[in-house]
Amino acid sequence: MTAVSAPSAADAPAGNPLWTFGFALIPAGITAGLLLLLPAVSAGQAVELVIPWVPSLGISAGFRVDALGLLFALMIAGIGTFVFLYAAEYMRGYANKLRFFILLTLFMVSMLGVVLADNLILMFVFWEMTTITSFLLIGFSHNKAVSRQSALQGLLVTGAGGLALLAGLLLLGIAAGSFDVSTLLADDVDVRTHGLYTAVLVLVLIGAFTKSAQFPLHFWLPNAMAAPTPVSAYLHSATMVKAGVYLLARLHPVLGGTDAWLWSLTIFGSITAVLSAIWALQQTDLKQMLAYTTVMALGTLVMFLGSGSEAGVAAAVTFLVVHALYKSSLFMVVGAIDHATGTRDRDRLSGLRRGMPIIWLIAVGAGFSMAGFPPFLGFIGKELKYEGALAVASEPWLVAAAAVLANACMVATAGLICLKPFLGSPGRFDGTPHDPPAAMLIGPLLLAAAGLATGIAPEILGTSLVGPAVQAVWGDPVVVKLKLWHGINLPLMLSLLTFAAGLAIYRYRETLRGWLTTLAARLPVTAEGAYDHAIAGFKRAAAVQTALLQTGRLSRYVSVIAMSMAGLLVLALIDGGTVGFAWVPLLHALASASLLGWTAFALIAVAVPVIIWSRSRLTCICSLGAVGVAVALLFLLHGALDVALTQLLVEILFVVLLALVLVRMPRLNQGRKPRVVRRIAAVNALAVGGLVTLTLLAILNQPFDGRVTDFFEAKSVPEGYGRNIVNVILVDFRALDTLGEIAVVAAAFLAAVAVLRIFRSAGVGPADGVGTGRPATGTAPVLPADGVPAQGSTP
Amino acid sequence: MNSLILTAASRAIAALMLLFSAYMLLRGHNEPGGGFIGGLIMVTAFALYAKSFGVDAARRALFLEPSHIAFAGLLLAVLAGAAGFLAGEPFLTGLWLFLGASGDDKGLPLSTVLLFDVGVYLVVVGSVLALFFELEA
Repeated sequence: MTAVSAPSAADAPAGNPLWTFGFALIPAGITAGLLLLLPAVSAGQAVELVIPWVPSLGISAGFRVDALGLLFALMIAGIGTFVFLYAAEYMRGYANKLRFFILLTLFMVSMLGVVLADNLILMFVFWEMTTITSFLLIGFSHNKAVSRQSALQGLLVTGAGGLALLAGLLLLGIAAGSFDVSTLLADDVDVRTHGLYTAVLVLVLIGAFTKSAQFPLHFWLPNAMAAPTPVSAYLHSATMVKAGVYLLARLHPVLGGTDAWLWSLTIFGSITAVLSAIWALQQTDLKQMLAYTTVMALGTLVMFLGSGSEAGVAAAVTFLVVHALYKSSLFMVVGAIDHATGTRDRDRLSGLRRGMPIIWLIAVGAGFSMAGFPPFLGFIGKELKYEGALAVASEPWLVAAAAVLANACMVATAGLICLKPFLGSPGRFDGTPHDPPAAMLIGPLLLAAAGLATGIAPEILGTSLVGPAVQAVWGDPVVVKLKLWHGINLPLMLSLLTFAAGLAIYRYRETLRGWLTTLAARLPVTAEGAYDHAIAGFKRAAAVQTALLQTGRLSRYVSVIAMSMAGLLVLALIDGGTVGFAWVPLLHALASASLLGWTAFALIAVAVPVIIWSRSRLTCICSLGAVGVAVALLFLLHGALDVALTQLLVEILFVVLLALVLVRMPRLNQGRKPRVVRRIAAVNALAVGGLVTLTLLAILNQPFDGRVTDFFEAKSVPEGYGRNIVNVILVDFRALDTLGEIAVVAAAFLAAVAVLRIFRSAGVGPADGVGTGRPATGTAPVLPADGVPAQGSTP
Repeated sequence: MNSLILTAASRAIAALMLLFSAYMLLRGHNEPGGGFIGGLIMVTAFALYAKSFGVDAARRALFLEPSHIAFAGLLLAVLAGAAGFLAGEPFLTGLWLFLGASGDDKGLPLSTVLLFDVGVYLVVVGSVLALFFELEA
């Protein structure tokens, strides 16, 4: 279980086995399969596969491939293919490669499940699987504290969002009357006017915003960069963080179009986009910079999904593709730079162009798409964004301004990533810059090339995927034309403005960074502080309640349980209100009690005072056994032979086992508890005893409901082939309960054995205390006696 | 414990109790008894034996590790339940075979339900004895 934290050849187990490359065949095969579906889906059909799962709850394992799902699925599997290939080379020096690739595959499958599931519950299950697998992947270098913290942070933030989402989806299912997405998308379902709409919207948005790192819950995403770079390239650029965007796009026809939708998406999206674009400039670590630009992209996507216009949705879907292509490519570029030079610090990196010409080519290709230069797809995406922004229903200029500002920062950031490290004289780094092996080049090269190819010939992408996907999001047929030249219009002017502003920011970046750092220190606009406070508070609360309830003293546990029970019984009796007590039948029963009944009563009446006033544990436990025997007698009296037998045997074994335990405990009178403690215990006992009696009397006053009894009496012989109803219930009618119970019995007893063995290995307990009655006063707290700390110090 | 009467008597009594425990187990479906009660009786028998001859002797007499018996019982109960699948029925559906049944005579009833009860029996025996041996040792 040794994990290597950084790629180093020293610990490389068995070099770079071929099977690591073999894993890339899985996403490649899935991509090929999905491409086969493309013609049909582009034509507007949806491919469906339904497997009944929990039909009684309306939950089916239904999958449906429509244009939106296919667009996402192709990105997940397609980019996945290149990331797997890249990872096979990148992870060369890491231990636990098999675990890594299995996790990555599991993640991919869960992600595909999210975007292809036709059932909300099924989708949620996959959604949570992406949370868990991404937790494991972020924390893959688990020997580093920062990895573990970041992984936990990601898990808690997205996990909390997941809970909200579950509630939201359940409410949505109730409001719409179905959990099937295809039914929800049908025209006759209207959730927007339903009373639950606001609750559904808020909960779903919390889920989507946490997953897609929207302000102010964005902080986990940059921290997640603790993951190995292939993971960042995959999860935190192209796939997982897009799950929230997918959810919003998927539910757009169901929940979208209202003012609440419009405002919340536009406001959160634009704040996220602008702030994170500025933060990106402030970073010195190239990977952090990319992480913040990812947050910016997610903000932009959310903002446009909220726009409430066809053009806005078209901009969102196109930008989705643009971003996935350039971002995964740039992450892999940064990984290669890190690999070759050992640093990702933008201040130390320069002059790499001679050593890494191919990487530079890729960086420029992807970076220009990111900056939105023609003829890259990024340019088309940007033009569509401006077009979409100007078409926004409510505040077009606000959205347009946010888009221009964010894009100008993007231009500068792109320059910082694809120009700054490569130009100038060689910087201060250790390694010799060199292009990585082919496996690490193919992916980023092809993805960057795809950004160029689709920019030059955008029609194919537009008609086959983007157009149908936009239609799926918008709900009604729309015409989406992707083309490079839209003529001289307002968006083009805004583009020119963006370039100018971006170049200015790039030119004066150092001055700006100084200002930003000062500003950021004054205005900590993130919920990370709140997160830290919440975690710290949670730990404090846990410590307080543990100190209060989990004292490690059996007597305290019993009294807490007894008090809670008494409280609940009081509530039940108050709630019962007018319910009377069966005093008369009680007197009647006492008057006509048999000799056996009186014997049991007498046994209890004698045993109880002995238990209370005895100073010997053994006497106590034997008297308690006597009470048990008396109860068994009562069972016998009422014909419950099985229960009586069991009770009797349990009592016998109970006494024997407890006697064995007690032999090792200090004598009871060594430290009598303070008077107050004993008084509280007495009140407690009287309260529970009295309340149970009252409750029983109240129950007896009700007419007896014999339906269950009648059922079992009627069905026992014909269906269970047994005359002993108790046994038939145990092993046939309610056998699942019994199975659970015996599992608990086995687990509890074997756990007790394990605890005893721990004490023995600690040098106390059975080994040195057997049969001597010697108090166990060793170092380990052996079965602390009531009122007597195990160390023997009495207050 | 050095008591001649106890050691002499417990040998016979423990043997009888073992027989009785099997009897209680098998008749449980129609008369008072069953896996839980039968298991407890067997545990009592071994507790008695251990008191007379020591834990090591009792462990040897049991022949198997108690925790293994408990797990075997749990496994048997699950398998008995899974047998329902073979008949295309849900988990834990009882399957019955009346051996040599003719007319009113039901013959010898054998069932997965009985196997399940044997599983309960073994879990009780294994779990409680594991703790008992550990405490007594």
